[in-house]
Amino acid sequence: MKHKIIGKGERRVDALGKVTGTAKYAEDFNVMHQLYGKVLRAKHPHAKILKIDTSKAQKLDGVEAILTANDIPGDKVFGVVVRNQAILAHDKVRYLGDGVALVAAKTKEIAEQAASLIEVEYEPLPVISDPEEAFKPESIKIHGDDNQFVHHHVTKGDIEKGFTEADFIIEKKFKTQFIEHSAIEPEAVLAEPAEHGGVIVTGSVQNLFSSRRSVAAALKLDLNKVQIIQSTLGGSFGGKDEVMTAMCCRAALLCMKTGKPVKMVNTREESMLESYKRHPYVLYYKWGCKKNGSIAAMEIKCIADGGAYASMSPFVTWRSVVQATGPYYCENVKTDVYAVYTNNNYTGAMRGFGSPQVNFAIESMMDELAEKVGKDPFEIRLQNGFETGAVTATGQKLDHRVSLKEVLTKSAEAADFLNKWNQYRTPSTSPKRKGIGLACSYRGVSLGAEGTDAAGTIVSVQTDGSVIVSSGITDMGQGAQTQMSQIAAEVLGISMDRIQFLNTNTSRVPDSGPTVASRGTIMGGTAAKKGAEIVRAFLMKTASEMTGLDVMSLDFKDNYLIDANNGERLASFNEIAAECFNKGRPMYGFGWYKSPQTSWDEHHGHGEAYFTFVYGVNIAEVEVDTETGKVDVLNFVSCHDVGKAINRNSVLGQFYGGVAMGLGYGLMEEFDFEDSIPKQLNFDEYLIPTSMDVPNIIPIIVENEDAAGPFGAKSIGEPSNELAAPAIINAIYNATGKRIYEIPATLERVLLGHKLTRKGERGSAKKEEVLADSCKIRPEGR
Amino acid sequence: MKKVKINTVINNRTYEFSVAPNQTLLRFLREELGLTGTKCGCEIGECGACTVLLDGEAVNSCLVLVPQIDGKEVLTVEGLAKDSKLHPLQESFMDHDAVHCGFCTPGMLMSAKALLDKNPDPDEKEIRTAISGNLCRCTGYVQIVEAINDASEKIKE
Repeated sequence: MKHKIIGKGERRVDALGKVTGTAKYAEDFNVMHQLYGKVLRAKHPHAKILKIDTSKAQKLDGVEAILTANDIPGDKVFGVVVRNQAILAHDKVRYLGDGVALVAAKTKEIAEQAASLIEVEYEPLPVISDPEEAFKPESIKIHGDDNQFVHHHVTKGDIEKGFTEADFIIEKKFKTQFIEHSAIEPEAVLAEPAEHGGVIVTGSVQNLFSSRRSVAAALKLDLNKVQIIQSTLGGSFGGKDEVMTAMCCRAALLCMKTGKPVKMVNTREESMLESYKRHPYVLYYKWGCKKNGSIAAMEIKCIADGGAYASMSPFVTWRSVVQATGPYYCENVKTDVYAVYTNNNYTGAMRGFGSPQVNFAIESMMDELAEKVGKDPFEIRLQNGFETGAVTATGQKLDHRVSLKEVLTKSAEAADFLNKWNQYRTPSTSPKRKGIGLACSYRGVSLGAEGTDAAGTIVSVQTDGSVIVSSGITDMGQGAQTQMSQIAAEVLGISMDRIQFLNTNTSRVPDSGPTVASRGTIMGGTAAKKGAEIVRAFLMKTASEMTGLDVMSLDFKDNYLIDANNGERLASFNEIAAECFNKGRPMYGFGWYKSPQTSWDEHHGHGEAYFTFVYGVNIAEVEVDTETGKVDVLNFVSCHDVGKAINRNSVLGQFYGGVAMGLGYGLMEEFDFEDSIPKQLNFDEYLIPTSMDVPNIIPIIVENEDAAGPFGAKSIGEPSNELAAPAIINAIYNATGKRIYEIPATLERVLLGHKLTRKGERGSAKKEEVLADSCKIRPEGR
Repeated sequence: MKKVKINTVINNRTYEFSVAPNQTLLRFLREELGLTGTKCGCEIGECGACTVLLDGEAVNSCLVLVPQIDGKEVLTVEGLAKDSKLHPLQESFMDHDAVHCGFCTPGMLMSAKALLDKNPDPDEKEIRTAISGNLCRCTGYVQIVEAINDASEKIKE
């Protein structure tokens, strides 16, 4: 089918305000007489709160309110899965980002001064910063009586039998790090008293409906008394969920207490100190393999550091357990994924959501297997990779088009993979060595069996033919508003400039769940299509009456009603809209989409986990300086089956941005702690890729349209980000003959095989457990 | 704190102010003049979201104190379009989808303008160097580099 707008690189609907400076981000909202809110945070990563004395702070001129947990009228804790996250710590603090008290004052400076005058007496408790330590029975408990709060498992076949049949075993341990979302916009809100009771919060919120539930519960208000309005969001990547819920609750509490508007803005330091991170994993992979390169058994154990609160850990680790074997055939599987509490920053949703960690291990293992059986990385993946009809580790039959081999072949050709891989293996004496590596992934689309998966979009045609679209799916910069607008424009046969998209407001659009899991286009987009089709039907009925022609022989194209048989323009879209209104017909279409059924049996670890999957390949070409350990990424190929690219430019943008973030994960980013105290709180020490670090990227868009998505579209936001790191690590191996088992592959890890850790006295270096070998010397025979 | 008097031109308009000498240009623009297009991302001169032009040079406005603009000319993203006609950079950023979340965009545009004003025909390396102080977490920089290159072609025409 030939589309008019779908597939084109239309400008974003929200681009103009962003290039002229008129787009309003959270910090840009100000009102008369607003107060400034400030959070006093914990002094210790783990301590009992004995006493909070606010008397000195209260006396400061300009202070309007000081609140502690005791002042919260309703629920003092929140949490989407496990309700244990404190809005303000009441019994003890569990990490350094915990809020202890709130101040509202006439200026920022007074608020800061007041916070410093609050005296908190603590009884420090032992600090658990290592997740494996947290497991031990003698370890102090952070919540309740067990630090382990998640155990998901998947079993298939007979693992013992599988290992018996194997010719050899590969057993490796991998580690991944905490990383920071690093949205360039820090968190901010403005809470205002509502005219008829309740509160209106405008801010940088990703998941407005879950934040609203928590604000309502904390304030003991009905949901209709809490209005959360999304300001234009300066990036999120999964990172503006719970941290924003806490900020919304705190600002709303101060607002209700004072009856005045309250503004809260995190500095970058506060943001890094408080916000959640991507889970670090310890991964134990044991594969029983055959000489022919097939895999007879996989035994996998992963431990995720959940940090101080449960957050999204139960769901993040569930995606890990489902995808832990990769898109590869294996009849005998046993996977266990655990999450434990520590006193580190809590960990939650971040672009990838449990896949970047397991993909690093899987794709490293796959290259090891290739090496052991004398095959190349391409061939071993073609041999083991899923095809249409394959049955996954969870027992799900993949009945959509499984395009793994298509994306694999296309990217290998584009990168000239085999030639380069063979060439770079040849031993060299040059200190600078090139290498090429590849990684594959498959990924379940949307929430899957995590929970209810439905979304709504409203398409409202005005009497002049212009259109307003709004949705419960939010735009964080990924382009959701543009995708939904393009879909509506396609259905209505109008141009994009006729559409205005409204930022999400919880009181004006239906609860559509969170905008996570790369579900924006597939869920919100399908809802937009349905909404537009409802309106179109009314417009068409009107057009048919006006022209006397049958609906089947009419169409809308380029803002006109046309005769579908010969393309003749019969009336403008605007005229039809006006006439439709005159006839008293509704011009408002509400589209609702409920995803296809999924299922999960937690007891047996089986199920139809996701209603469809996507497939992707990354190929990285690197140069390793074996004298310094520095790795430069020279070239990159990113190939993904997106189903259908609704907006070609936006899809490419996701490809590029995902690779850049994955490059940071593989090579430089690490949010490091020392005894649960963060060692970096701003971009001077937490380094993310700059324009000088990101190579040219060759994008390959593969389109196998999927029945589950609008015009066949699936997902790209997270798939693009989940496999760059293993591709780079495999390229380092190809260059040096040495494998990195712990990311990021910093200079020390590449050169020395371990990280240099500063402990205690400055300048002293501690040698950590050696996971990687030095790349200085290449073993004989390679 | 004793206020100091300054004369300056901001977005082609002349101003005379008395200001606290410890105020940063970033805060002054946002809070006193309501020019909120200039963004605050780190306040230590690392992210570049607050980049403005000071006498044509790209600077982090979070590191400039207001008295430092005395007798000088400041250009922010709000002053980039002339007589409601967009600057070619603004057009090309939209055409190349170089604007995702948009938070780095004002700073990127100003760094790019500083580059093109001095070097109308930059190569890719020069473009990448010019924006190396502007962090972007969304785009991977590819489309931004393309957009700046495209704008330089258009300006030459």
